Amino acid sequence: MTRSQKLLIASGLALAIWGMAYGLYYALFDEHQTLDRMGASLATSFARAAERKMPEARAALQTYAETKFEYVREVDVHSHWIGLAMLLIVLGVVFDHLAFEERHRVVVALGLVVGSIVFPLGVILQTVSRGLGPQALAVIGSALVILSLAAITLGWARRGAR
Amino acid sequence: MASNSETLAHASLRSGDGTFAAWSARRLLIIGGIGLIALGMIFGDIFAVFILHQNAARISEALLAATHAIGTQDAHGVLDHFSAIGRFLEHRGTKVDTHAHMIAFGYLALLLALIQPYVALDERRKKQMAMLFLIGAIVLPVSVFLIYYVGLAYSPLETIGWASILADFGGLLVIIACLGQFIGLWRYVRRRRLGEARATSLLEWSWSSRALLVGGTLLVLLGFLYGGYYAAVDLYAHEEGEVTTLRTIIERAAANETTEAERAVDAYGLLQADQAVKIAAHAHIIEFGLLAMLLAFVQPYVFLSERWRRRWVVVLLIGSVVLPVFVFLEIEWGLVAGGIADVGGLLIIIALLGMLVGVLRHTGRLDAEGGEVR
Repeated sequence: MTRSQKLLIASGLALAIWGMAYGLYYALFDEHQTLDRMGASLATSFARAAERKMPEARAALQTYAETKFEYVREVDVHSHWIGLAMLLIVLGVVFDHLAFEERHRVVVALGLVVGSIVFPLGVILQTVSRGLGPQALAVIGSALVILSLAAITLGWARRGAR
Repeated sequence: MASNSETLAHASLRSGDGTFAAWSARRLLIIGGIGLIALGMIFGDIFAVFILHQNAARISEALLAATHAIGTQDAHGVLDHFSAIGRFLEHRGTKVDTHAHMIAFGYLALLLALIQPYVALDERRKKQMAMLFLIGAIVLPVSVFLIYYVGLAYSPLETIGWASILADFGGLLVIIACLGQFIGLWRYVRRRRLGEARATSLLEWSWSSRALLVGGTLLVLLGFLYGGYYAAVDLYAHEEGEVTTLRTIIERAAANETTEAERAVDAYGLLQADQAVKIAAHAHIIEFGLLAMLLAFVQPYVFLSERWRRRWVVVLLIGSVVLPVFVFLEIEWGLVAGGIADVGGLLIIIALLGMLVGVLRHTGRLDAEGGEVR
């Protein structure tokens, strides 16, 4: 097994375990409560509107929006970490077939690993801070994943042409 | 001309080097993995045809009724309608989760099958880990499916029912099995340093494997590009649009401007549908890319003529493009696009079943050869 393969497979397995552990924690301690809060705030908003208490209705709607913002990102992080982990493992198994020198394969693998960790991290950090930092992290992470995948596609194409 | 690794892979397969023996970890994981993916896809198609659209229509009706209840100042009526919406959402959400987890575990099973030569555990332990993984991979989606029906009956907890607890237990089994694989991999890496471990190449660089690998990587790349575009252009607009539309609904309904409120409810439904199809297109194209890449490794185990192997590969790749593209077009083309997307899903299921038959034929041949030797 080459260095790039070890890097991809070990990182992929670690990321899969991390993603699943996060999913388990989230399902046990946060998801049901978040879903309840989301449903309750929207229902409260409509109920207060029916009672013509409009400031309270708008406040409840705001709570709904904030809770949903968090929920979408918390679920996205779980699925993206695990999805990317699987991609790392699959590519790791076959990476020695990529038509690049090993040192270039290591660079591509590193880009993919860093992107796979950083992109979902940026997404989940948006629930902590709505500033530019987390968004920039997510953009950099996804750009790393996209560039690495483009390089890998090129590597397969070069190998296929030989 | 075949490369060395190609020749090695073929040779190890023909001789049945033990890594694919009857009830071996790899065989369990490959057959279990393809089975889980095919079942998950069939479940997804049934869900899309018989539940998804009907459920969305019921949610729209309940939201419209809640909007009318605001106009009549019936706060209790509003809560009743929202309670119904909650049930419809749980109905849909648990079905989506069942479909997604079954397929994700199928992928993971194929992945674990691939890395078995690099997992330095004895075969008995590997088999235990594979069984543990498959039990968890079945328990979790089945339990998630039951959440809507079991609810909180006899539950010791306030918000989590028995089906959820069982689903979490299934997830725990999968995590333990993955940790076991990780330990095995770690031991392999350590032994390699000491020069003890050996592994055979897994990839047969045939036309079928190559087409699946290149096609799969391209699909994943396309999915990521589209996901990036969606996050940059649509995600925040959708989130903002949802709140604005809901605010319009409650304010127009409270002002007894029923027509305006009803129009906003329609707009809300369209926004939700637009969001759902865009996310589904992004998720499906990446999933099918991963599936194609995984199946590239399974090709040496598909005991069919090269012509048939190629046919299944082409059918799978066509379905992998058709389904996400036509899911994306559902908003503009309506049910026609939905129907074509379902056909795309069916193509993938047929290709998967075709490959599974090939794998089963391969296992049959290996077992028969083993029997003759004995």
